[in-house]
Amino acid sequence: MATDVALATRSTLRIATAGSVDDGKSTLIGRLLHDTKTVFEDQLQAVVKASRRYGDGETNLALLTDGLRAEREQGITIDVAHRYFATSVRSFIVADTPGHAQYTRNMVTGASTSDVAVVLVDARHGVVDQTRRHSLIASLLGVEAIVVAVNKMDLVEWREDTFLRVADDVRRFVGALPQQVPLTAIPISALLGDNVVDGSRNMPWYDGPSLLAFLEEFDATPSALPGARVHVQRVIRPQGGAHADFRGYAGVVAAGSLAPGDAITVLPGARTSTVAAIHRWGAPVEGAGPGHAVVIELADDIDVARGDVLVATNGPIPPVVTEDIVVDLCWMIDQPLTTGSRHWFKHGTRSGHATVTAIEHRYDLVSPDHEPADHLQLNDIGRVHLRLGEPIVADVYAHHAEGGRLILIDAATNTTAGAAMIAAVSAAGE
Amino acid sequence: MTTELISAAHLDALTDEAITIIREVATECESPVLLFSGGKDSAVLLHLAVLAFAPARLPFPVLHVDTGHNFPEVIQYRDALVAAWGVRLVVASVQQSIDDGRVVEDTGPRSSRNRLQSVTLLDALAQHGFDAAFGGGRRDEDKARAKERILSFRDRQGRWDPRAQRPEPWALLNPRIRKGEHLRAFPLSNWTELDIWQYIARHDVPLPNIYFSHPRTVVERDGMLLAVGGPVSPEHGEQPFEAVVRYRTVGDASCTGAVASAAATVDDVLLEVAAARITERGATRADDTFSESAMEDRKREGYF
Repeated sequence: MATDVALATRSTLRIATAGSVDDGKSTLIGRLLHDTKTVFEDQLQAVVKASRRYGDGETNLALLTDGLRAEREQGITIDVAHRYFATSVRSFIVADTPGHAQYTRNMVTGASTSDVAVVLVDARHGVVDQTRRHSLIASLLGVEAIVVAVNKMDLVEWREDTFLRVADDVRRFVGALPQQVPLTAIPISALLGDNVVDGSRNMPWYDGPSLLAFLEEFDATPSALPGARVHVQRVIRPQGGAHADFRGYAGVVAAGSLAPGDAITVLPGARTSTVAAIHRWGAPVEGAGPGHAVVIELADDIDVARGDVLVATNGPIPPVVTEDIVVDLCWMIDQPLTTGSRHWFKHGTRSGHATVTAIEHRYDLVSPDHEPADHLQLNDIGRVHLRLGEPIVADVYAHHAEGGRLILIDAATNTTAGAAMIAAVSAAGE
Repeated sequence: MTTELISAAHLDALTDEAITIIREVATECESPVLLFSGGKDSAVLLHLAVLAFAPARLPFPVLHVDTGHNFPEVIQYRDALVAAWGVRLVVASVQQSIDDGRVVEDTGPRSSRNRLQSVTLLDALAQHGFDAAFGGGRRDEDKARAKERILSFRDRQGRWDPRAQRPEPWALLNPRIRKGEHLRAFPLSNWTELDIWQYIARHDVPLPNIYFSHPRTVVERDGMLLAVGGPVSPEHGEQPFEAVVRYRTVGDASCTGAVASAAATVDDVLLEVAAARITERGATRADDTFSESAMEDRKREGYF
């Protein structure tokens, strides 16, 4: 009853689980859901029944998240599954991502919105290619922490030296990556529950937090905000009625805060004005911060359209208006990416043509190295130069993720073909 | 008593995310529509959509796929709500699809029109030229839904191919389609049943009264309480009885079960949902307990 449900105080944490096939990702999530009492009785009964049908000895908690028929039949995860649970401390959104290299693009989808990546490693096998690949992708995507969950400790007699060796191997690899990410290692058994939600009687030598305790307490170190930006989604203009003169710009506040009276610049172009009023959820507010879906009224009647960006004037790190960008690009379709190929792009709320002008290199992914390349294949990540058909208001991804990311869309099939993070910008005309 | 069972920051973030998705899809697509069943999820979705464009009017209509097996309270509620909020309503009728020979109705005491809705829905989208349909589906409802993108592609036959979904990195939605194809958009993807009730409490979203406890004549069938009258008749050996119940979901009356409940207010329901040990679909939907892949199979055919 009510007294069991305490008030959660912390913000939502988004987690992606990653790691190689059979390292136990889905089992770990099943364990988290089960031990936080998020699994409902009818779901558990369905899993018990299915475990018998597929011939699994014990109840296979992975069947809680492997939701597609093909996944259950093959016993693998093909696509991201999202799961939700809450404790008395905070709410969690979990993206359970696939382990197979051939589904790396789905891993990128799951990890792109996550604050923390939980990378599973099988204690018996130690660091494998997928451990390196997923750690590198997580660091490129800018997660705020990587947790290495050294799993299946029950199968290595709960030995501390095994855990320390695996943890050191990962730490050495992640430490050599260009993007620095804080790393924490935790010895667990997803199957038996040790150090997942509760502690472990089998590993008295470990005095750190359980995985859940770590995630409950995790706080991102606030980075310096570059100054508010709002990518305009739509012009709100009631036709007639009481609000006939209303003209507002709908979008999401990013990278800072805005309040009435703040000076803004509309980019591209250089029109300036002042915030006259801000509305959120249909009502006026005194100010708005990152993530707030708002409608902004300006003091002056100037030309603003979808795709334009309202930028706080004199922010600490101003964006750059440019048609030329250098990106780290994850390629997601069978047709290879080559120099000269043309695609659609979408950046913020602006779309247009993008042409590949050069491919600098392809990341090795299983080492911090890279090699020269003249094309990128499905699931490759490489550094690529793009010339855009129209200017965008760009940020470097590491400074400001929302302004530093774009997708490429295949012009023939309309499918999403690539995820790009801006590594460098050159101002228009340079 | 407090109804703040979860963090306000979490609900704030879900609200901003949903409004942003609704604005983006409505602006990128030429002719969107919002699927409205009269259930709590579509009520929350419609409420969010109205807020998303305020003070302008909702720039698209809502579509109700009417199975003909309705709870009368839900139809009254639907008509009152669209009138109060000034929304344009389009109704697509499963009965019409049957009369036109587009679908053949199962017969027998346990037949349901649930599956037939897919054809009626796809016909209505094609007839009106809708290229994007907002739905109230949530990933916590079902294993197949847990796999679906926020913006989900449908081919010319209206089919979902779960093995070839478009990657969806970040919040950058890709709305590009060719003529005859369409999109389904799920702004409530990341919401749970508890989040929905939290939003209803915060914003006083009106709901059909069958969501709150009331006396009703029911039979117990497969562990579910089905209302007698309308499409459901007692089978041999079933003894109708009076019970105090409420509905956790609102769907086709032939296969939507009630749960025994004394929860008479939104606050009561919030406490009940927070303590629930059985999922809303498991407790109330005969169609989903049928097989492990029931939802995936229906979605492949164009279901909501």
